[in-house]
Amino acid sequence: MRHLRLRTLAAALPLLLLALPAFAQTAAPAKPPAYDHGDTAWMLTSTALVLMMTIPGLALFYGGMVRKKNVLATLMQSFAICCLVTITWTVAGYSLAFTNGGAYIGDFSRFMLNGIADHISLGDDSGFILGNGTPGATTLTVPESVYMMFQMTFAIITPALIAGAFADRMKFSAMCVFMVLWSLLVYSPIAHWVWAPTGWLFNAGTLDFAGGTVVHINAGIAGLMCALVLGKRVGYGHDNMAPFNLAYAVIGASLLWVGWFGFNAGSAVAANGRAGMAMAVTQIATASAALGWMFAEWMVKGKPSVLGIISGAVAGLVAITPASGYVLPGASIIIGIAAGVICFFAATTLKHLLGYDDSLDTFGVHGIGGIVGALLTGVFSYGPLSATSSSPGGSPGGLAQFIIQCKAVGVTLVWSGVVSLILLFVIDLVIGLRVSREEEVEGLDVVLHGEQLG
Amino acid sequence: MKLVMAIIKPFKLDDVREALTPLGVQGLTVTEVKGFGRQKGQTEIYRGAEYQVSFLPKVKIEVVIPDDLVEQVVEAIMRSAQTGKIGDGKIFVLDVERAVRIRTGETDAAAL
Repeated sequence: MRHLRLRTLAAALPLLLLALPAFAQTAAPAKPPAYDHGDTAWMLTSTALVLMMTIPGLALFYGGMVRKKNVLATLMQSFAICCLVTITWTVAGYSLAFTNGGAYIGDFSRFMLNGIADHISLGDDSGFILGNGTPGATTLTVPESVYMMFQMTFAIITPALIAGAFADRMKFSAMCVFMVLWSLLVYSPIAHWVWAPTGWLFNAGTLDFAGGTVVHINAGIAGLMCALVLGKRVGYGHDNMAPFNLAYAVIGASLLWVGWFGFNAGSAVAANGRAGMAMAVTQIATASAALGWMFAEWMVKGKPSVLGIISGAVAGLVAITPASGYVLPGASIIIGIAAGVICFFAATTLKHLLGYDDSLDTFGVHGIGGIVGALLTGVFSYGPLSATSSSPGGSPGGLAQFIIQCKAVGVTLVWSGVVSLILLFVIDLVIGLRVSREEEVEGLDVVLHGEQLG
Repeated sequence: MKLVMAIIKPFKLDDVREALTPLGVQGLTVTEVKGFGRQKGQTEIYRGAEYQVSFLPKVKIEVVIPDDLVEQVVEAIMRSAQTGKIGDGKIFVLDVERAVRIRTGETDAAAL
């Protein structure tokens, strides 16, 4: 590690000089590149893996942690968000996030996915250039339809993560409205800022390989706002709110872990060594974080719990997300342990000290884990993994990069936090956010959906 | 006839059944129940939230037997369900007025 640190520090200065030229590679619109069979096959696979993270992965992870009377409602949230965001993304979300537009938002040139089949002729296809015609244009060797679908699954899981914060008490109608608006007003802009070659955080040099800011900090802070605005669950602090079936949660966490290979290794948008490294560090960081949480809990609370080890694993997956594709295995162990231990204290101690009811720890795990990962990416990034012919030094970690990461984290926290807050207040005024006390006590399954577990 | 009702630790059920069969017990009824006695409950911790679980899972056995078997059955249950630790359960013996086998109409001792 010492060796790596010295190297990364030494490389921090050239980075500043290289950062601007790095985006000057393709100035004029270019002919679409050929697509690569291997890359495309891997991205199709990754897309399916990431969708599996939400349904059934996250649905089971969350569904297993709530009380019996709310299991179906919680599964329903993930499933409904999947459907709602699919349509939202198709209509405008993708266009706003990934077309050139300006520094702050894309345009409507892909409204209703208009033009996404333009490059298909005689049944054949080509890859496409993200940010075509702009200085930061990125050539992808997969067809745009594949890239659009891959990104759609990210747009789906992000709002679904928020649902953990308001579990057991939000009206289904209010949730649907909130998620559609949040997807358009929070997710698409932040995805544009960080990942579109015209985005201002992208051009500021932010490193976010698979969504530490765009997905996890974003969902985490929005979740915290939900928990604060909706208030605590009835009986919080004295009623028994033990999970109904942790076995569901274990299955869900395991599906998340497997699906996350699509999330992180898929974010290489290629089947190559960088994807392989992203997969390796994902596995290593996750195991480190699971053990970190487990041992921390064992020492502090006396027992290594099942809920603890799976929570730690998810915290590790979250933290390695921005770093995968930028860091080496040694750094991933440090990122994992840091995430496991810090998220353990956030979810078990900080939350109780501050007194908010983030029911399933969306903020404690995704918000805090995302911040840990995004910041440490700036410390441990290994230049050669992100090097290109025009930027042979890549983006190595160091003080300069750390400051860039801090800025991206801060911007995400503020935008997502403030817009989420506004949306919640408006929806509360118009249709009300929370079910009545009686309905909450009876349980969302039967009250909202007319069904219940036997 | 007597009804012997025993509340035991769930994992002792098979031991109890094996202890009763040689005595000529022809059948028994088992119910999963929850309750508390001197063992009180236990504490569960989920992400730092501690819950007092005051009702613990137990198994209730009900067996109806002729009067002359009572001492042996009670002794057999006690021997087979005992761990010596708190929470082993209790045995109750009640009088039974009538018994009828539904299939044949046999009554009382013949119905057991």
